[in-house]
Amino acid sequence: MNIHFEKRKSLSRTALVLVPLASLAASLVLTGIILILSGADPFATYRAMFRGAFGSFRAFTETLVKAIPLTLTGLGVSVAFRLKFWNIGAEGQLTVAGVAAAAIALFLSPFLPAWALLPAAVIAGALAGAVWAGIPALLKTGLKVDETLVTLMLNYVAILFSEYLYYGPWRDPKGYGFPGTAPFPEAAWLPRIAGRAHAGLWVALALALFLWLLLARTRWGFELSIIGNSPRAARYQGIAVERNIVLAVLLSGALSGLAGAFEVTGISHRLQQGLSIGYGYTAIIVAWMSQLNPLAIPFVALLMAALLVGGDQVQMAMGLPAAMGFVMQGMILFPMLAGSLFTEYRLKIARA
Amino acid sequence: MELVTSILAIAIRAGTSLVYATLGEIYTERAGILNLGLEGIMLMGALSGFATAYYSGSVALALLAALAVGAALAAIHAFLTVTMRANQVVSGLSITLFGSGFASFLGQRLGPISNNHRLVGLSGPRIAPIGVPGLSELPVIGALFTQDILTYALYALIPLAWFYLYRTRHGLNLRAVGEDPQTADAMGVDVFKVKYLATIAGGALVALGGAQLSLSYTPGWSENITGGRGWIVIALVIFAMWNPARAVWGALLFGGINAVQFRLQASGTTIPAGFLNMLPYLATIAVLVAMTFWESLSKRIGAPAGLGNAYMREEK
Amino acid sequence: MRKAPPRFPKGRFYVVMKDRNGEGAWSQDLLPAQGPRARGDGELRERLVEMRGIRKSFPGVQASDGIGLTLARGEVLALLGENGAGKSTLMNILAGLYRPDAGEIHIRGERVRIESPRDAAALGIGMVHQNFMLVDSMTVAENVVLGQRGLPFVPDLRAVKRRILELSARYNLSVDPEAYIWQLSVGEQQRVEILKLLYREADILILDEPTAVLTPQESEELSAVVHRMRGEGKAAIFITHKMEEVMTFSDRVMVLRRGRVVAEKTTADTDPKELARLMVGREVLFRVEKAPFTPGEPVLELRGVSATDDRGLPALRGISLSCRAGEILGIAGVAGNGQRELAEVVTGLRAAKEGLVSINCVETTNASPLSIIRRGVAHIPQDRNQVGAVGDMSVAANLAMKGYRSRPLSSGGIIRPSRFRDLARRLIELFKIATPSTETRIKFLSGGNIQKAILAREIGACGSLLVAVYPSRGLDIGATEAVRNELVAERDKGRAVLLVSEDIDELLSVADTIAVLFEGRVMGVFPAAEADAERIGALMAGMEEGGKRT
Repeated sequence: MNIHFEKRKSLSRTALVLVPLASLAASLVLTGIILILSGADPFATYRAMFRGAFGSFRAFTETLVKAIPLTLTGLGVSVAFRLKFWNIGAEGQLTVAGVAAAAIALFLSPFLPAWALLPAAVIAGALAGAVWAGIPALLKTGLKVDETLVTLMLNYVAILFSEYLYYGPWRDPKGYGFPGTAPFPEAAWLPRIAGRAHAGLWVALALALFLWLLLARTRWGFELSIIGNSPRAARYQGIAVERNIVLAVLLSGALSGLAGAFEVTGISHRLQQGLSIGYGYTAIIVAWMSQLNPLAIPFVALLMAALLVGGDQVQMAMGLPAAMGFVMQGMILFPMLAGSLFTEYRLKIARA
Repeated sequence: MELVTSILAIAIRAGTSLVYATLGEIYTERAGILNLGLEGIMLMGALSGFATAYYSGSVALALLAALAVGAALAAIHAFLTVTMRANQVVSGLSITLFGSGFASFLGQRLGPISNNHRLVGLSGPRIAPIGVPGLSELPVIGALFTQDILTYALYALIPLAWFYLYRTRHGLNLRAVGEDPQTADAMGVDVFKVKYLATIAGGALVALGGAQLSLSYTPGWSENITGGRGWIVIALVIFAMWNPARAVWGALLFGGINAVQFRLQASGTTIPAGFLNMLPYLATIAVLVAMTFWESLSKRIGAPAGLGNAYMREEK
Repeated sequence: MRKAPPRFPKGRFYVVMKDRNGEGAWSQDLLPAQGPRARGDGELRERLVEMRGIRKSFPGVQASDGIGLTLARGEVLALLGENGAGKSTLMNILAGLYRPDAGEIHIRGERVRIESPRDAAALGIGMVHQNFMLVDSMTVAENVVLGQRGLPFVPDLRAVKRRILELSARYNLSVDPEAYIWQLSVGEQQRVEILKLLYREADILILDEPTAVLTPQESEELSAVVHRMRGEGKAAIFITHKMEEVMTFSDRVMVLRRGRVVAEKTTADTDPKELARLMVGREVLFRVEKAPFTPGEPVLELRGVSATDDRGLPALRGISLSCRAGEILGIAGVAGNGQRELAEVVTGLRAAKEGLVSINCVETTNASPLSIIRRGVAHIPQDRNQVGAVGDMSVAANLAMKGYRSRPLSSGGIIRPSRFRDLARRLIELFKIATPSTETRIKFLSGGNIQKAILAREIGACGSLLVAVYPSRGLDIGATEAVRNELVAERDKGRAVLLVSEDIDELLSVADTIAVLFEGRVMGVFPAAEADAERIGALMAGMEEGGKRT
């Protein structure tokens, strides 16, 4: 007997839908095994996680709070990934955006009318994210420098730079040594919807829809999908490959930048330690699980946010490390990656 | 002279983990597999090494544990990318995401009850430096002989790794698989086996590099103990042009940056620590840009031609 | 019964064959006395290979439908068939690359299972693949010993080099064992491939379209080597779709069609015409109907154009050509002599270092690909899977890739998927593209249908000039005819057509004017009506019109 993979004649739609669901289930089982091995009851843990994320209105708003940046960074990452530009720098793009938004909110409030302060801070954040993503984009298109490493290295640079600011020159003199800037003026606060969930939610949802329209229904989106599938074919069709890659990556950085600007103007109201809890990395999981489809991203982001919030709750309720949420996230990707083969191939068992 | 010797000694100590990981990744990439999971694998290596040493008291067991954990994580990567033909970039990223999450989880779970299940802040057995009598007294090169056993092992491992790759049958097969798996297959090389073995062995070495951190360089467990070294190694592989004999130079360069950083901080410089800490990351970008630029001039720096591609025989 | 002495076809290989005959390679008496001799013809010598009832299917294709095959020691068998007839599949099974779904293989009378190339090598089977199986960045010596059984842990490369030099002296296959593969010409690379088999002492050789990439001279050298090996009691199987090759190389020929054996003949008892009929299954007319040649104004003009290839080496050296409206200008040459670069310079995909390119009297030297597309230039590229079509996008999207910028497919930057589908349905019907639906990813289509889709799209976008690079390469006869007829139809509509081809018959039947490229230079330009295959062949090999080699 011999088992091997055989190419299907067409894509399997069933596999396309089934694989992410099966991956989620597999993740629950695998993490369950880890929990049992480390002496915890998986069912109780999952129940606590679910209650922590969705158990009450307050819990749900906290989940939304984390789903907003995950949606935005997930959208950002997916735009770049569609072009096979492996932007794993969403974390850094988010961080510099937080810095830029903070700079506007802290230092331009005397010069700007109150109504303009918040938009200016948010736009500055998006621009800063775009610039931070633009560096690897230009290095890639101009000099063919591998973008994976550059985007990642810039994460460290951005985080160290923001630390330098709030530990150093921007530290709040009245903060009793707390690492963070002074609070922003209220004009720079993003309005809240419920609990800590802020208006960034509507922006994130609108952008998901907008991005889907942009990619699926515009000429530029059509060109991007040609570039993403085969840059040589795109060039042959007269498409300016490099310029469009740069533009798309700028968009990618701007989306992650928005996430950073919303975090400082919507949640912390200052630049401080813990601006991002790895949103930029979880965004990769969000993008991949959504199969780079912008319409799926808000839902997957909500799921991932639930794992994070649930993880925190488990720590408080059961004394398990909050990192469990991250373990589960990683565990979802493995079966997901393994399963994607089945959309194009099927198992063939032959008797030789 | 004192200063040079001591900086060199620190550079070598700081560079050791990088060399192990670089050698591991060179072997992996030579088989055509890009493993971006290094950061996660190093973290897991550091954690498993420290935890094993703490409970067993045996450094040898600790190193074995790290090797095994690294091999296991790399085996996942091999399974996903070789058998299931998953995208190597995304698979590597998920190894890193999982590895760092799991290491953090275990770091808060494996510790003794007295420390609230945490491993942070504990001290365990460590690998101490041993001076070679006589040689360690020499100026400058004495720095080479005031190291721990893992560093001494490297002095033998680097030439061996080179010889294995360029002069043995296995090395020939490995290079062929990374360059042109289809040809290697048609010539009777077991492509799957070679890819699996190279990835797994590479992962084991990478984890050993992680264990060197928690057992020798900065003894003890702390979250994010690797500080991005796993990513820097990816750049060092390019810097070494995929040649084990050259792995040492990049590692020394980055070890040297670390050493200079320490020296400057110790001497109370006015440069803020944040900026000094950015140095390795900025240097990585600079190395990448320089190597890419050089490649465009010389056309060939030795990246395996089949790097990053999945291979399947009956594609039709 | 003794085998009749071979009759040689009159043709350009005649002289070579006489030389071989002089060595006595044909005569059975000179064969080493090996193996059992029994019964009639074909059984006289030891039966090396016997394949019975081999079946192999790929999704949607029965590539091998119960094929049987025998090969005796000292015999050269030709496997003749169109693309897709199942020749390569059958040989890949014998070489251990594919596993049969059903059937038996006997080697030297013993039933064997060939699970991998390693098993095949152990049985003395070696294959020279159409795309050479050589690792570019390794040396000749390293390639020769790669994957060899019983290789010591630390191979003695010096001994390997000595043995290679011995073999190359014996078979007249000169090559430097220390050279890297990427430094070698295609002909030299093929020598390495053959040396590899000789080094392993393979006695069953499989050659997959060995002459496709060779100049006529190199083909002659190859046939000399094969005959020498036959004289030593080895046996060979040739995969080919060229009649001449069958006639010059083989003792026996097996014709395959759609995965079945349709005929088996002694080469001496057949002729190219019969073989062609058997291969295609009907009488083949090698003529294409076309209107009288009435060229108009020049559309494409090149003056002194030079360009480099991807590695920065000179690929075009001072090319001057002109192609008029209503003219098919055929570019002949062995692949790799600048054809691809020529097409890319014309279409703006590659920079010209020197010289002038103009289209309809407007200079387009180094203009952007888009501006050249807008001048009505269409391009059927050499690489249809990576460049011509985007495998992971739908048939409809692929068909829309030229017209999506303007109405009706888009307006105001917004694309209209329903109009993509309308266009696709129209073109699918018009060009008879076999596809399950307009939304199927195009990579799931056969090569011929992908090429038809590219052709359909490009012809729709063609306003003045059509650049077609190897448009019929790898297509079956039906698709080839369709492609050729479309090219002629474009010419008859008054467009200029630049046709790059390696098939001399195609050029002779389709083109109006033929230019021969060799090492980036134009060796000669002449009307197709005055050309003959021999003259083109000589120019392709770099012989000047006077007969000197440049």
